[in-house]
Amino acid sequence: MLRLEQRQQPSKAMLYLTPVMAVLATMAVGGVLFALLGIDPFRAIYLLFIDPFVDSYNLSQLFVKASPLILIAMGLSIGFRAGVWNIGAEGQFIVGAIAGGGVGLALWGMEGWWILPLMTAAAALGGALWAMIPAVLKIRFNANEILVSLMLVYVAENFLAQMVQGLLRAPDGRGFPESRNLGRNDATSLPDVFPALGIDAGGVVMLILLAGAFFLLQKHALGFQIKLTGDSPRAARFAGVNPSVIIAVCLGVSGAAAGLAGLFELTGAAGKLTIDFPVGYGFTAIIVAFLGRLNPVGILLAGVVLAGTYIGGENAQFALRLPAAAVTVFQGMMLFFLLGFEILINYRVKRVRRAV
Amino acid sequence: MKFTKTMAAAAALGFALAGSANADQDPFKVGFIYVGPVGDLGWTYQHDQGRLAIEAEFGDAVETTYVESVPEGADAERVMSQMARSGVDMIFSTSFGYMDPTINVAENFPDVLFEHATGYKRADNVSTYSARFYEGRNVIGLIAGRMTKTNKIGYIASFPIPEVVRGINAAYLAAKAVNPDVEFKIVWAYTWFDPGKEADAANALIEQGVDVIMQHTDSPAALTIAEEKGIYAFGQASDMLQFGPNARLTSIIDDWDPYYIERVRAAMDGTWESTDTWDGIGAGMVGIGAFNDAIPAEVQAEAQAAIDAIAAGELHPFTGPINKQDGTPWLAEGEVADDATLAGMDFYVEGIDAELPN
Amino acid sequence: MDFSSLSPVAMIVLLIGAATPILLAALGELVVEKSGVLNLGVEGMMIIGAVTGFIVATTTGSPILGLVGAAVGGAVVSMLFAFLTQYLLSNHVATGLALTLFGLGLASLMGSSYNGIKPPRMARLEVDGLSDLPIVGKLLFSHDPVIYFSVALVVAVWYFLNRTRAGLVLRACGENHDAAHSLGYNVQLIRFGAIMFGGACAGLGGAYVSLVRVPQWTEGMTAGVGWIALAIVVFASWKPWRVILGAYLFGGITILQLSLQALGISISGAYLSMTPYIVTIVVLVIMSADRKRASLNAPACLGRSFHASH
Repeated sequence: MLRLEQRQQPSKAMLYLTPVMAVLATMAVGGVLFALLGIDPFRAIYLLFIDPFVDSYNLSQLFVKASPLILIAMGLSIGFRAGVWNIGAEGQFIVGAIAGGGVGLALWGMEGWWILPLMTAAAALGGALWAMIPAVLKIRFNANEILVSLMLVYVAENFLAQMVQGLLRAPDGRGFPESRNLGRNDATSLPDVFPALGIDAGGVVMLILLAGAFFLLQKHALGFQIKLTGDSPRAARFAGVNPSVIIAVCLGVSGAAAGLAGLFELTGAAGKLTIDFPVGYGFTAIIVAFLGRLNPVGILLAGVVLAGTYIGGENAQFALRLPAAAVTVFQGMMLFFLLGFEILINYRVKRVRRAV
Repeated sequence: MKFTKTMAAAAALGFALAGSANADQDPFKVGFIYVGPVGDLGWTYQHDQGRLAIEAEFGDAVETTYVESVPEGADAERVMSQMARSGVDMIFSTSFGYMDPTINVAENFPDVLFEHATGYKRADNVSTYSARFYEGRNVIGLIAGRMTKTNKIGYIASFPIPEVVRGINAAYLAAKAVNPDVEFKIVWAYTWFDPGKEADAANALIEQGVDVIMQHTDSPAALTIAEEKGIYAFGQASDMLQFGPNARLTSIIDDWDPYYIERVRAAMDGTWESTDTWDGIGAGMVGIGAFNDAIPAEVQAEAQAAIDAIAAGELHPFTGPINKQDGTPWLAEGEVADDATLAGMDFYVEGIDAELPN
Repeated sequence: MDFSSLSPVAMIVLLIGAATPILLAALGELVVEKSGVLNLGVEGMMIIGAVTGFIVATTTGSPILGLVGAAVGGAVVSMLFAFLTQYLLSNHVATGLALTLFGLGLASLMGSSYNGIKPPRMARLEVDGLSDLPIVGKLLFSHDPVIYFSVALVVAVWYFLNRTRAGLVLRACGENHDAAHSLGYNVQLIRFGAIMFGGACAGLGGAYVSLVRVPQWTEGMTAGVGWIALAIVVFASWKPWRVILGAYLFGGITILQLSLQALGISISGAYLSMTPYIVTIVVLVIMSADRKRASLNAPACLGRSFHASH
């Protein structure tokens, strides 16, 4: 019979191998699933995993999809490390976009290099404040942040619907519930930086912040406190870490990151605020955070891989008539496998003979 | 590296084999991008019926493909670009929110033809098309006005956009014309498709005494509830007879088949031009479903007469005298509303006792 | 504005219907959390239940069989979560989210050929004489079987947790899994069973939406109700009676805002739609703020994996 035995220390090899194993396992099981659906499994796997990184057009779209995921996941992972579960990133994404977009719309018609940075700051602030609601409620009233942040997502969605029909609605848009197109307006649109990979100014900010997160977690005292709080809350308390500060910082940072992602999406890929503006990045980013094992480098890779599956999935849909739902199943499977294989990092599998 | 090359070779081989199976000439490739799932039995389902009609009409000469549930925005742009890159000759983008992405992709692919539903921006290779659904709503408004016993008609609306407001107004005008005591109760669901919410809205309206329900949302939920509660309702976008055999008085059917076939034919012939089409009952774009036997013969005749008159262009649902809700005059006696005002309609007509959100 | 057309009895009947899926899922999750497991995959289990129930009901022609099928479907899919968290010690939050994602996708795949089909109707209770009583008749004697079952389940869960030995053992696993283990109880197996019960309840709740409330199958039809159920469990301080209260409160506000709209009240629909969620937050805060009460009820080992270390 098989037993799990704790390792002396976590296996470094497994740390790097498990995501790879998860991807391979997903390919295998996913291939079987596709075959059952009557779809050529090899072609499907190729389109989902390889084509996005090989084909030039797909590559140029890669970071368009991956940047928001990585940015949000980076913010979330800081909190997750500390055991602060921000599940409402989608709501912070929306509020950030509304805040930043609102500033841009209020200044419509003006020109100046300072407009976009001002919008960015507003977005970060908006997202952070929205995340501070669950933070304050947790600190003051011990309310579970998972549920509060999640409820606020629905509130934010309705708020967006209200804004695009009222305050932020484009005056010459024939009454349709959407804002002016910020992405096509020079003063407020996000400039491209490295189009071959789809990296725009937002992508650059994302990379800078990712590096910042790396340094925070690896080198800075606060990063140490965050990790300590997650690993052992009691030890953290003894070490003098103030839990309220950790909660506030983690939620604030992740909220700001999500808000930034919202603004970059608005001024870059999406262009205008509509009721359908939120596409679930806030939730997918949670998966990216875990796939990336909650560390910045991992998140970068995981974000790129997941973005690739999205893009590949769309292509597979019309090249192979693959149902859209199959891609979701696929991504869920990938996460399951990763979570399953993770145990191998801290435990090894041993065969044990039953005592006679 | 080697793995990738082998895969690439295999894929290319696969494609080549598939291509050679098409014998003599390359089929004309038509792509569709849908905002919802094909199984919604409403908006997207009807567009997909149009796609199937194209396949039925042209057989091997065409090859169609589609992607469903594509969010509006960057995703739509990417999907359409990929379609264009892979050799699709003509793309139908079936949602208002695909407007800017369609224009963007059309700029990058001037040889590909685009048909954008319900939009208002065109280009040399982009046409727009929409249906005068309000004509259909006018007809069902008439029927509803005649069939209601409580004089309360429920309306489940999605978003306060011109198209929806137009529909409410058209239905109300017709209902009021045949039944001056009629009252509309309007609920805004803020969604195009959410069966649970639509069912709840239907129940809420029924509890308030409505006995006919109209909807501008996409699922058959309201009709199903109507069937259960023994009141009347109408099918929306698709016929929906199976959901309410007793409840369904008739339906407004989005019939894209004739338009799609005509446009694909023009594209294949080389006679395609960028146009803006806003067709109604007359051109066959808006279909009215078979009448429920429960409708008395004289009402059926009245409704049929209205359909024929609208089809012939003799009757326009928005013919004066009509005032706006706040009392200001809008259309004088005999005056007909112009398309521009209709396209941007953001007011209720006089008599509707509710406030238009924003 | 004509408030006279607002009928309290009718609204109560409607809200019970809207609240029942939440009630069922929340009850199941309550048991799961009492055993020490936090399963965020309720939404995924519900939608799998919705589609499984629908498929079974339309294939067999019996709505009751459909409901049973839904419970089985929910339980089966919850086993993925149970195996990963109990035997592979995976992180509860992530695994639950993966279950939701996987469940939503799988349900869409399974249900793709079932769009547009009418399921067999579930009969409502009709007792001669009793059902026709003016107010009480509609309020108490005219519901479908699932509603009566859900109320019975509340009683059963309360009894199980508070008056049976097995319930005590389950709660022990949630309060102090090390102690339970040293007493000889197989913590992982008990939690596994609790998770499957939670899956069955969530599946049943999902099927109620697809077979009774709407009734129809469409992708994503549970529309976030699973998350509400999670909130209700906290809101209810992990007590079965309070779960009914919370579910009915949430259902009530949802129905109320639609009815207000139908009445012509001019508060914007978007703001009205927010109210159920805001009220949930407010009540959550009030319940959690009472630290003594909250800490007495939240299982101490909630969310922590157990691994026997000998």
